[in-house]
Amino acid sequence: MAQYFTRSLLGLVFVLFLVSVITFFLMHQVPGGPFAREKKLPQAVLDNLNAKYSLDDPVWKQYVDYISDLLIPTVTTGEKKFSVTEDHLINIKLPFGDKTTFRWMNFGPSYTDRTRSVNGIIGTHLPVSFKLGVAAMLVAMVIGIPLGTVAALRKNSAADYFSMSVAILGVSIPAIVLGPLLQYVVGVELKWLPTSGWGSFEQLIMPAVSLGFAQSALLARLTRASLLQVLNEDYIRTARAKGLRSRQVVIIHAMKNAMIPVVTVLGPLFAALLTGTFVTERVFGIAGMGQYFIISINQRDYAMIMGTTLLFAFFIVVANFIVDLTYVWLDPRIRFD
Amino acid sequence: MTAETSEKVAQPLPGTARLGKELERSRGPWGDAVRRLIRHRAALLGLTVIIAFVLIAVFAPYLTSYTYAEQNYTAINTAPKWVIDLFPKMKPVGEDMGYVRVNNDYLLGTDALGRDLWTRIIFGARISLAVAFIGPLTSLLVGTVYGMTSGYIGGRTDNILMRLVDVMYAFPTLLLIILMMVFFRSSFTQSEVGSLAYRLNKIDAAFGGMLFIFIGIGITSWMDTARLARGQVLSLREKEFIEAARSIGVRDMAIIFRHVLPNILGPVIVRESLAIPRYISFEAFLSFIGLGVNPPTPSWGSMISEGSQAIKSYPNQAIFPALALFLIMFAFNFLGDGLRDALDPRASEANK
Repeated sequence: MAQYFTRSLLGLVFVLFLVSVITFFLMHQVPGGPFAREKKLPQAVLDNLNAKYSLDDPVWKQYVDYISDLLIPTVTTGEKKFSVTEDHLINIKLPFGDKTTFRWMNFGPSYTDRTRSVNGIIGTHLPVSFKLGVAAMLVAMVIGIPLGTVAALRKNSAADYFSMSVAILGVSIPAIVLGPLLQYVVGVELKWLPTSGWGSFEQLIMPAVSLGFAQSALLARLTRASLLQVLNEDYIRTARAKGLRSRQVVIIHAMKNAMIPVVTVLGPLFAALLTGTFVTERVFGIAGMGQYFIISINQRDYAMIMGTTLLFAFFIVVANFIVDLTYVWLDPRIRFD
Repeated sequence: MTAETSEKVAQPLPGTARLGKELERSRGPWGDAVRRLIRHRAALLGLTVIIAFVLIAVFAPYLTSYTYAEQNYTAINTAPKWVIDLFPKMKPVGEDMGYVRVNNDYLLGTDALGRDLWTRIIFGARISLAVAFIGPLTSLLVGTVYGMTSGYIGGRTDNILMRLVDVMYAFPTLLLIILMMVFFRSSFTQSEVGSLAYRLNKIDAAFGGMLFIFIGIGITSWMDTARLARGQVLSLREKEFIEAARSIGVRDMAIIFRHVLPNILGPVIVRESLAIPRYISFEAFLSFIGLGVNPPTPSWGSMISEGSQAIKSYPNQAIFPALALFLIMFAFNFLGDGLRDALDPRASEANK
């Protein structure tokens, strides 16, 4: 187990490293730079800007600088003045007095928004996307898993056909379609929920549903298929034969095993939802990370591109990692060695 | 395989005539599949809708008197009477608080640039359908070749190739594809005249920006197919008929194409057909965030994106393309389900 743990942790780091390398070199391959304007800046200004941000260095050197800024932690003492070039994501106060602080993960300054650091922007907008992604995931699970369970338990009944129709509907209706539809019907016509904005619980409902519904359909199908298979197993018959109540059989014996394939998709699902927030944020006018990611690419805001890509990749990889660990809990037969 | 069987059946040996007749009546695996598909009502419905969309897309220029890029500045944000009646909150000019100008010349109304929505929707079908057919082809081609190679060679090669797939899986697909699109779009336009990049860019421009979408889909979607193909090959490789073929000296290539490929094609096709809606929504997504087709080429994704900005006042501009997108995805999902039941009956037992 411990061996498996370290190995997948190493794998995680390796993937993040690959992501950072590919992204860094790919984005530097794209012509234009953060300071390319419609009206060209004077060469002297451009040279100075490039020198300031070390953009005149060879790409590999820039990469090494970037990664070392990011990964090498520093310990500072005393009052720290805010600076866009030195703004760390992780700041932990150490118990040594004189405001000794352990600082780590400096994502550098944003090239286009000269007054903010990448951290500052991420700090304000990522929680929004994250919250939306988690809410959508909850929607997907709360709708999908019960629907699939009911369908499997009452196979070939009206409830089954109903749930599976909902599932087909769900996979055919992506956020890009459901968003505007909900917005119009629920927001504009019925006026039940606010059409846009962010902050209140009411404003979270529609974006979360429009994002999570499609995934709930996938979960419903998967839950149904997996539960049907498990219900045919011998040990379920044994449990029934020894007179356990049907609810007990389903919840204790069947569900735990039936959830294994479901859990496997939760990782990729969360990834899809997190990046899927791009669309939902735009439809519902939410200031999340999605817009920033696309704008940063269009403006070649290198530090910003790296920051967002790495963070998204981090969440995705960690989500997959957690999924791997959940396996072991769900099915002790699975051993990783 | 089917062809072989029926050829032999066509000239039966004397004395085996009865047996031959019986064989003739059985249709072989593909014939059975077609019959199962036809009996599947939902799949037939899906197929009908898809054929309707294909016809609309092919004959689009004859179904409208406008072009998709044509702007009429005197008819910006207009809607015909029936559309206004359809959406209760749209009030025509003249009524209390009315703001929508009525113009019955345009079937579904016009957008913020005075372009006909109907025309843009039917031409937009071309993009979605092109993605629906070429997306699976790229994924099929890359994935099957990759997966079969990996599975057939086995050993260390297999290990390395599959590790690569694992890494690709962990990669945030959407981020990669967005980066790729920006990369293609901006670096290829500045490439030297005559180079490959330049030519690709010209082809892309000629197709309204679709080539790069196909490449993007191809790059990000082959892994599933590769895994599936590999798994299938691994289980087939040990089967007796492969061993028999090898023992009589059939070459590797011939074994792969004549014996392995036909046997794994069923599940692979099923998987791909079920993935079609995903490719369609992928394109819509890219166009939605402005990295898809080049304007003014219409795509449902970009229409929804533009329309959703004005959803409170002109819901028709977003809702109609959204419905079109929904309809086509629905149809492909139905067809995909039917295909699975037809081609892969064992799988459909479990995952209905």
